[in-house]
Amino acid sequence: MSNFSVAFRDAGTAIILVIRGELDAHTATELESAIKKCRDEGKIQIIVSGADLSYISSAGLGVFMAFIDEIRSLGGDIKICSLQPKIFDVFDLLGFSLIYHIVPTEEEAVSLFEQGIQPV
Amino acid sequence: MGQASTTYTLVVPSQTRQLAKVRNFVARHARLATVKEEEIGALRQAVDEACANIIEHAYKGNPNHEVNLAMTIDPARVVVRIQDCGLPFDQSAYQRPNILELSRKRKSGGLGVDIIRRLMDQVEYIHDGNINEIRLIKFRQHSL
Repeated sequence: MSNFSVAFRDAGTAIILVIRGELDAHTATELESAIKKCRDEGKIQIIVSGADLSYISSAGLGVFMAFIDEIRSLGGDIKICSLQPKIFDVFDLLGFSLIYHIVPTEEEAVSLFEQGIQPV
Repeated sequence: MGQASTTYTLVVPSQTRQLAKVRNFVARHARLATVKEEEIGALRQAVDEACANIIEHAYKGNPNHEVNLAMTIDPARVVVRIQDCGLPFDQSAYQRPNILELSRKRKSGGLGVDIIRRLMDQVEYIHDGNINEIRLIKFRQHSL
């Protein structure tokens, strides 16, 4: 049994992936499959929302790293929101906050897509 | 200096599904020994990363091997020794990852060792016969 789950929710032109639980080398494939599904369905404005994400390892971070270039080359983006401070710290530790939009709320992430704002 | 230390051990099969158990093992014993939550978080993550690397790289994903853990807690520090009998990690070939470059190459791996080094105070690699050991050391900060 997995201690990780992904749920999908539409938010205008964007799709929100609500992730919960512990994202590690065992469960990272579930997030990978979820992002691939979005890509294959042409949903490339992706928001990963992690209020109930309690753990992330490098394998979880690696999923974001593996897809960002492809999704951006298709004209989309992966934005991350609603992280607990301890989870944000892991992203920040490795410099992810310089490359990815990581914002406090889903509303802000949706707004960035609506305004067409891409990270520098 | 004659101060009490306690060692806890755990053996798990080389399978990623065991990583949650490994993290719980580290957190449970560290918490009982009143290690600070921030330090527990760092240890839990570093041990997870080290075990995931052993499973993926040392054992190449073969699920039929063992990963041996021994965690020693004393008032000054926590030491976690993790042993495997797989392919040794070549420290000399290691380069700190560049996230931007890895993203451009669409790579998902290469971050674990960097996380371990950032979170731990000391990291040692020991190779003896066909046994590899990574030793993760975190010094305990005590509130005044």
